[in-house]
Amino acid sequence: MTPPPVSGRLLRRGLVVVRSEVRLHPRPFAVAVFGALVYALATIASSAVIGRVVDRVITPRFEAGHVASGAVVAGVLAIIGVGLVKASGIVCRRIMANITQARVQATIREEIVERYLHLPMSYFQTHPTGELIAHAGADVEAATMVLAPLPWSTGVLVLLVVAAGWLLATDVFLAAIGLVLLPSLLLLNIVFQRKMEEPATRAQDRLGVVSGVAYESIDGALVVKALGAEDSEARRFAHAARDLRDAKIDFARLSATFDALLNSLPSIGIVAILVIGAWRVERGAVTPGTLVAFASLLNLLAWPLRLVGWVLGDLPRTIAGFDRVKAVLDQAVLDQAVPEERADGSAGVGSAGEEPHGHAIEVSGVSFSYEDGTAVLTDVSFFVERGTVAALVGPTGCGKSTLLQVVAGLLDGVDGDVRTELPVALAFQEPFVFADTVEGNVALGHDLPAGVYDEAVSVAQAAEFIDRLPDGLGSVIGERGATLSGGQRQRLALARALARRPRVLLLDDATSSVDPATEADILSGLASAHSGMTVLMVATRPSTIALADRVLYMESGRVVAAGTHAELLASSAGYADVVRAYEEAREGMALDLEAS
Amino acid sequence: MSNDRADAVTPAERESQLSVLRRGWRSSPDLREGARLTLALALAGGAGRVVVPVLVQQILDRGVVSGAVRMHVVVGLAAAATVIITLTALASRATRTRLAIAGERYLAALRTDAFRHIHRLSLATQTEERRGELVARVTSDVETLSQFLSWGGMSWLVNGAVMLAVVCVMAAYDARLALVAVTVVLPMAGVLRLVQKYMSRAYDEVRARNGELLTAVSETVMGAAVVRAYAAHQALRTRSSAAIAGQRRAFIRAGTIGALLFPSGEVFSVLTISAVVVGGVWLGPASGLSAGELVAFVFLVGLFLEPVAEFTEIMDQTQMAVAGWRRVLDVLDTPVELPDPAPDVAVTLPHDAPEIVVEHVSFAYTGAETTRVLHDVDVTIRAGRRVALVGATGSGKTTLAKLLTRLADPTEGRILVGGVDLRDVDPRSLRSTLVMVPQEGFLFDTTIAQNVRFGRPGAGDAEVLAAFDDLGLGPWVDGLAAGIDTPVGERGEHLSVGERQLVALARAHLAGPSCLILDEATSAVDPATEVRLSRAIESLTSGRTTIAIAHRLSTAERADEVLVMDHGRLVERGPHDALVSAGGVYSRLHARWLSATAAIGS
Repeated sequence: MTPPPVSGRLLRRGLVVVRSEVRLHPRPFAVAVFGALVYALATIASSAVIGRVVDRVITPRFEAGHVASGAVVAGVLAIIGVGLVKASGIVCRRIMANITQARVQATIREEIVERYLHLPMSYFQTHPTGELIAHAGADVEAATMVLAPLPWSTGVLVLLVVAAGWLLATDVFLAAIGLVLLPSLLLLNIVFQRKMEEPATRAQDRLGVVSGVAYESIDGALVVKALGAEDSEARRFAHAARDLRDAKIDFARLSATFDALLNSLPSIGIVAILVIGAWRVERGAVTPGTLVAFASLLNLLAWPLRLVGWVLGDLPRTIAGFDRVKAVLDQAVLDQAVPEERADGSAGVGSAGEEPHGHAIEVSGVSFSYEDGTAVLTDVSFFVERGTVAALVGPTGCGKSTLLQVVAGLLDGVDGDVRTELPVALAFQEPFVFADTVEGNVALGHDLPAGVYDEAVSVAQAAEFIDRLPDGLGSVIGERGATLSGGQRQRLALARALARRPRVLLLDDATSSVDPATEADILSGLASAHSGMTVLMVATRPSTIALADRVLYMESGRVVAAGTHAELLASSAGYADVVRAYEEAREGMALDLEAS
Repeated sequence: MSNDRADAVTPAERESQLSVLRRGWRSSPDLREGARLTLALALAGGAGRVVVPVLVQQILDRGVVSGAVRMHVVVGLAAAATVIITLTALASRATRTRLAIAGERYLAALRTDAFRHIHRLSLATQTEERRGELVARVTSDVETLSQFLSWGGMSWLVNGAVMLAVVCVMAAYDARLALVAVTVVLPMAGVLRLVQKYMSRAYDEVRARNGELLTAVSETVMGAAVVRAYAAHQALRTRSSAAIAGQRRAFIRAGTIGALLFPSGEVFSVLTISAVVVGGVWLGPASGLSAGELVAFVFLVGLFLEPVAEFTEIMDQTQMAVAGWRRVLDVLDTPVELPDPAPDVAVTLPHDAPEIVVEHVSFAYTGAETTRVLHDVDVTIRAGRRVALVGATGSGKTTLAKLLTRLADPTEGRILVGGVDLRDVDPRSLRSTLVMVPQEGFLFDTTIAQNVRFGRPGAGDAEVLAAFDDLGLGPWVDGLAAGIDTPVGERGEHLSVGERQLVALARAHLAGPSCLILDEATSAVDPATEVRLSRAIESLTSGRTTIAIAHRLSTAERADEVLVMDHGRLVERGPHDALVSAGGVYSRLHARWLSATAAIGS
C-alpha cells in the first residue's frame, strides 16, 4: 500500500505550483483557508454539542422523566448556532476559494495574452492555433483546478488533528480506534486516486480514439460512401467503441470496490467505537453522550476525507496544465524590432530607421530559414523604384509571402539588409477580421485623422458594401457579426492598409477574391489617390500581372529574373510555365464568377 | 447550443422525456437484462445504510440500560451490524458493477448502431455543420449518458433507496416525529430547485463568457500577423482584458450562488434536528419513544439530507442525459432516404464499361418544388465514352454527379447503369462499378498506402504501387520521404491539394471501377503536379465510362462529348468544336474562358 516513489516529487512540484499561483492573489486564499478552519472547528463542535444534548437533555428526560426547559433551549440554540457557524464557514470558504481561482485564472490569462501580443511570428507558425488557444482556456483551468478544493482539504487536515486531540484527551481506547481508522481512510483515498488514474487515463485516451474515428469518418463520408467502405468503417468504429467500453467497465469495477470500502469502513469504525465505548461507559470513563458524539464525528469525517484524495488526484493535471502555461510565459520575446507604439500607427519595419538610398524598397542579400532549418529565402536582392508597381510571381511555395513579410519587418532572424520608405503597410491574402465593427477593424485601435478613413475605404472599393451593411461602419463583423465574402474581406483589409497612409504598400495576393474589373479600379485608384506610393504585390492572376510596371520572378526562395512581363515571357521558361498554369487555374474562376 | 440546456426544457418536452426513457428502454435489451436483480441489489445496498443509526438506537436502548452496560448484548448487536455493513458494501459494489457493465455494453452498441446509421443516411442533406452535429451524436451525447450512468443513475437508485429506508425506519420509531422531520425538510426541495435555476442561468453565463474569452484569445493568435503589421496591440489588449474580466465576473457569480446552495443542507439539517429533539423531549418516554430512538433520529436526519444536495446536481445531469439520449435515438429513427434493394431484386452489374441512361430526371433537395435543382434531364452516355459536364456554379452539375453515384435518388425519373435502375443495383456491386473521385480529395489520417487500400481492402503493397505505376505516378511516389508509407496527416494536410488528388486517383484506380465520376479540383496546383494530374486522369479514364465535372477548358476540349448544364437543365450536348461554333451557352462560356486567359495578351 505504499505509494510509488514519484509521490514525493509530485507533492513538491504541486507545492511549487500552488505557491506561485496563490502568490498572485494571497488575500482571498487566506480568507478561504480561514473559512475552512471555521468549518473544521464547527464540525467538531457540532459532534460535541450532540453529545451534550444526549447527556443533558435526552438522557434526563427519558431516564429521570423530566428536564429543565432551559437546558432544552440551550441545547437547541447550540445545535442551530453551531450549524449556522459551520454553514458560514462553508459559504466563506467556497466563495473565497472560487474568487481566488477566478482571479488567478484571469491574471494568468492576461499574462498569456500579453505574451501572445509580443511573441515573434515564427512562434505562431510553429504552433497549432488550437493548442495556443487551449493554453489560455483549458490549460489555465487545469492549472488552477487544485485551488478550489485546496482550502477545504487544509480544513480537513486541521479537522483530523483536532479530532485526534479531542479523542486522546477524552479516552485513550476510543482514541486508538480513531488513530487507526482515520489515517487508514486517508491512505485508502490516496491509493484509490492512484489506482484509478490508469483506467481513467485509458478511458480518456480511448474516448479520444472514438472521437477521432467518428470525426474523420463522418467528415470523409463522401469518400467512405463513394468507395462503399461503410462496413469497414463501422467495424473500425465498433472496435474503438468496444475498447472504450472495456476501459470504462474496468474503471467502474475498481471504483465500485473502492466506493464500497470507503463507505463501509467508517461504519465499521462506528461499530468499533460503540463497542469499545459501551465498555468504557460501563467502566464509567465516558458518558453515553460522548459515545454518541464520537460516533457522530466519525460519520461526519468520512466524506471530507475523500477530498484529500481528490486534491491528490487533481495534482498531476494541475501540474501538467501549469507546465504548458509556463512554457508560453517563458517564451522569449524577440520582436523588439516591431515597436508596439508608433505615433502614426504604422507598421513596424525590420531594420527600422534605416532609410533606403534612393529606391522605395531595397533588399540585398536576404536569407531566411524556419526554425527547423528549412531555407525559405536564399540571398534575395532586388529593388523597387519609387512610385511604381512591382509584381512578385512564382510557383506555390517559392517564398513570395515570406518575402513580403520580411519587407514588412514581421519576421525575426532575417539575414541581410532590408530598407524601405516608411510607413509600410501589408495587406494579406486571407486577412483576419476581428470581432469588431467595420470602423474598429480598419482603425485597429488607432485614431485616424479626419478624412483618412473615407479615402481609404473609397480607394479600396469597400464603401459600397459597407453602406449596405445593417449599421454601416458601426456594423459588427467577424465571428459574432455579419459574414463578409472573401472579396469583401480583402477590400476591408486593403482599406486597413491604406488608412496607414503608407508610402510603401505590400499586397500579398490581396485582391485574389476581388473580381478583375474591381481590382483594376482599385489599382488605378491607388495611382491617382496616392501618387508617389510604391506597390509591391504578389500576383497570381494574369490580369493582375498586367497592371504591374515590373515583374520579379521567384523560384525556390530566390528572385531569379526581373523585368517587364513581355521580357520575362521571352527570357524565362519557368515564368512562362507559371503564367500558363495561372491561366488554366483561373478559367474555373471565370465560370464561377458568372453565377455570383 | 440551446438544446443542451437543461432548464430550457419546456413542460411539453418534459412530457416527452418520459417517452424518451420508454423508447430507449424498449430498444435496449442490454439494459433490460438482469435489471430486476440490479434494482433489488440497489435497494438492499441503500437500505443497509440505515444500520448505523439503528445500531446506535439498539445499543442505547438495550445495551446501556440506566447506566448499566450489557456487554454481551452490545457485542452481539455489533457483530450483526458488521455482517449487515459487509453485505451492504457487497450489494452496492455489485449494483455499481452491474450497472456499468450493462450500461457500457448498451452504449457501445448504441454508438456503433448510430454510427452505422449515419453512414447510411443520404449525403445530399449533409452540410458541414450537420456533419459536426452527427459526430456529436456518437461522441459527446453518448458520453453524457455514460457519465449519467456512472454517477447520476447510480445516485437515483441508491439515494432513492436510502431515503425510502430512512423514512421507513423513522416512521417505525415514531410516526409523529417522522412527520415533523419530513415537514421541516420539505421546503428545502423548493429552495434548492429555485437556487438551482439561478445557478443554471449563472453557468450559462459562464459558458457564454468563456466563448467570448476564447474568441478574444483566438484573435490574438489568428490575427498575430495583422497585430504586428498594424501595431494593433493596444486594441487587442483592451478587448482581451474586457473578455477576461467578463469571464472572471461570471465565474465568481456562479461560484457564489453555488456556495450559497451547498450549505443549505447543513442549515436544514440543524433545523430538523432541533425540531426533532424538541418534539422528542416534549413527547417524552410516556409516548413510547425511547432515548435511543430519539438519538437515532439525529443520525437518520443526516442520512436523509446527505443526498438532497446531490439530487439538485443530478437533476441537471439527468435532463442533459435524457436530451442526449433522445438525440441519439432520433438519429437512429431518421429514415434512410436511400433504401438498399431487397436481396431478391438486387442486381450485380457486369464488369464491362456500362452505358448510362439518365431518364427524365428531376431533383429537389427537400422535395419542395421551389428547391428543385434539376429539371427533366434526359441523356444517354454510351459505354466507354468520356464526357465533360460543364456549367456555372449552381447549374446542377454536382447534383447530377451525386445522383449518378447514388448519393441521392432522383425525385422524378430514373438512372439506368448498364440497363439497370440504380435503385435495384446491389450496393456492393454499385460501389465497385461506379466510383466517384471527389473534388477535395479527402484522405484519412494514415499512410498513403492505407488510403489507397481504401479502394480495395486487403490489397498488398505491390498492388498499391502498381496502381501508382499504372497512372504514371511511380516517380512521384519514389520521390516521397517514405514512399507509400508516408503519413498524410489529418485530412491529408501534409500533402498539397494536387498531391491529395493524385492519391485519390490511385485509390479510385485500385478500386477498379468500370465507370468513373470525377469532380475536377478547382484549386490552383503547381505546374509540375498539374502535368502529373492530367496524365494520371488520362490513364485512369481509358476504357472506362467517365463523367468529369470540368472546371477547366482543357478538360472540356479533351472530352468525347460536352454536356452543358444551365439552371438545372441540360441545354446543350456535343463535341467541343461543334458547340463552340453553335453560338449557344457553351460558346459564351468558351468566350469568357478565352478572355480570362487572354487578359495579358500572351
